[in-house]
Parts: sequence; C-alpha cells; structure tokens
Amino acid sequence: MKDQLPSEIADLHAYVDDQLSPESRRRVEEWLASRPEAKRQAADYALIREGLRGLYDPVLEEPVPPGMLRRESRNRWLRPLAAMAAGAMLLLGGIWFGVYLERGSGSLLAGVPDTVREAAMAYAVYAPEVRHPVEVPGDQEEHLVAWLSKRVGMPVRAPRLDSAGYRLLGGRLLASNDGPGALLMYENREGKRVVLYACASEEGARDTAFRFAKEEGVSVYYWSEAGLSYALAGEIGRAGLLELTQAAYRQIAI
Amino acid sequence: MSSGMTGDLLAAQIPRLRRYARALTRSAQAADDLVQDCLERAWRKAHRWEPGTDLRAWLFTLMHNVHINGLRRRRPDTEPMDDADYPDLRVQAADTPLHMRDLERAVAELPAEQREVLMLVCLEDMTYEQVAAVLGIPIGTVMSRLHRARERLRRYLAGERKPPLRRVK
Repeated sequence: MKDQLPSEIADLHAYVDDQLSPESRRRVEEWLASRPEAKRQAADYALIREGLRGLYDPVLEEPVPPGMLRRESRNRWLRPLAAMAAGAMLLLGGIWFGVYLERGSGSLLAGVPDTVREAAMAYAVYAPEVRHPVEVPGDQEEHLVAWLSKRVGMPVRAPRLDSAGYRLLGGRLLASNDGPGALLMYENREGKRVVLYACASEEGARDTAFRFAKEEGVSVYYWSEAGLSYALAGEIGRAGLLELTQAAYRQIAI
Repeated sequence: MSSGMTGDLLAAQIPRLRRYARALTRSAQAADDLVQDCLERAWRKAHRWEPGTDLRAWLFTLMHNVHINGLRRRRPDTEPMDDADYPDLRVQAADTPLHMRDLERAVAELPAEQREVLMLVCLEDMTYEQVAAVLGIPIGTVMSRLHRARERLRRYLAGERKPPLRRVK
C-alpha cells in the first residue's frame, strides 16, 4: 500500500496531467521517444482522462436544482416524521414549528447543536406513545445496547437511573442529521418519561461540559464525551434532570 | 457573522461540486444529496473559511468529509458494500456510446479512495499537491492511488471485462 511510485511512472502521470515544468516535460518526452510501451501507457491515460471529461462534464451544464443553497433546508429525517411530529408539536404549543421551519430565527434552540433538537424532537414524538414508545424493550437490554452500538458505530451504554427512580423502558434507532442515533427511554413510577439520545457527530469530537437548553417545558441537558454527543430530554424540572444527567454521565464516562 | 461567505460565491462552485459528486456516486439523486449536505456544512462552517483563500479546495475538502462519513456510516447495515451496488442511472441512456458505458462501469468498480483522486485530477485539474491537501493524505499516496486507478481502468478497457479480483488490503 505504501509503495512509492517509481519516479518515471510518477512523471508519466504528471506528463499526462500537464503538471511538469517545461524542462521536465522535454526530458519525459525524450524518455518516451524510445519507449513505445510507456508511450502507449501515457496515451491510454490521456484517453481515460478525456473519457471521464466526456462522461461527467455534461453535469456542468445541467440546471441546478432550486433550493440547493438554502442554509438549513432539508432535514431529511424530519420529512417522514413531520406528520407524526406535528401532533406532538401542537401539544407543545406549536413552538416546535417555529424551531424547525425557521431554524436560526431567534428561537432559544436555534443556537444549540442538532443533538439537542433531535433529542427534544424525539422526546416530543415518542414519549407520548402508549403502545410503541420503543422498538426494543428494556428487558432485552443486552441486545438493545449491542444493536444500537453497532448502528451508531460506537459503544453506546444504557446507564442505570434506578437511583433516581427511573427504569429503562427500551430504545430505538433514530435517523439523525449525522446518521444513526440511539434513543433510550426511561420511565418512573408515575409514568414520567425522559429520553437519552446519543449519536456520533462532529460536535461529539471534543468533550464538553453539561449545557442546558429549555423550550416550552422540555428541558435538555447535553454534553459530548469520547466521540458521542449526548442529550437527556424530558418535561421535568431542571434540578431533577440534572440529577439524571449526572447519574448517566458518571456511568457513561468510564 | 463576519464571514465573507455569500450565496453567490457558493453558487459559482455548485456545477463543479455536482460534477464531482456525480462521478463519486454515479447516481444523480445521491450526488445532489451529497452536494446539498456539503453546502449546508459550508454555511455552518462559513466562519472558518478565510475570504480570499481557495474556496474550491475548501468546499472539496468538506465534500470529501461528507462523502467518507457517509460511506463509513453505511457500513454497519450492509454486507461489505460494493460501490457497484449504486444504481447506475446514466448507463441506461441508450445514446451513451459503448466505450463510455465501459468506462463508467469500470469507474464503478474503483475503490472510493482511488475514484476521488482520479476525479480531482482529471475533472478538476487539481495539482497533486492540491489533491493531497483536499483529501488530507500524503502526496505519495495521491500518486499511488492515481496510478492504481488508471491502471485498473486501462486493463478494464483493454478487454478484461470481467471485474478484477478484489485486492486484499
């Protein structure tokens, strides 16, 4: 793999790609004059080059699809979910519409990472679900964690939040802006639910402290650790959520 | 925001980005998704671009990252994915000359890393140094990938119609 190309071969490519100084070019031409095989090779490379231009240059002339330059246009994962999400969003007073139709327009959540929006949205969509809040129930935790880790591409842990009165209800895979995301849902005895969301993202690349965001009753603590971005979201008080966050963090950051 | 990024600056690069993306993915839809992801990222990171520096190189670097992340992410849910699995929409065009179809088919069998180098050199006319910077690899690697890509296409076009044996990396 690491083999260095012989300099004559490298020059041959540079000759075809017109990346030689005039004197090097003359030198290569002289060299080629007595080597028909190398000459054929160069001619083939040039043909391939032309062929590729012929194949792909027409794309330059194609009309550009409208909307390509919109700043935060298309949340692909939101579209199929939009109908479902709409109901939940109405319950939250319609605020979410503002967030996702006009990201960046003064909403509190506009400046926070995707992870936070995705966690809050996932909470809004799935926490009210009576029959199907999760894809894999918590009693199959081992399978759940292995599956989510595999799809997210990094080890995902399901922290125990029993000390704060929450048990693992289960989890599901989410399609996030950054690829597969893992959603774990917890529930306490009163039926209050919180979600812990994790996904591998650029934001997760560096570790961060806890941060807090809140919008219409949904509180979100978020942080990054070892390549994953986490967000814990729920409609509980900030202090209660922080307690859960700290418990989760302690177990995740081993 | 003090970044000098404007829609016009980006718009001027879109045709090139689309051409490159099409060559990488060989599907119009996947290519435009890739371009759009790249542009969204460009807006998000606009503050990191220094006005006056090479916007094309910067955008192609972003696109490389988006593309590679996409390929990586796709790994878990597919069997060792062959790039040839992409729907090859253009090949069906009846008016495409035969040798072009051969070439496109041969390109489809190149590993993604070789295809990137080949396209940046042949389509974008980037210097080898520029390619190395965009892809974040040493120049020696650029040369060996370029060589392997061209040799593969050459053998293929010379009549080895059967896909070559998969090299063990």
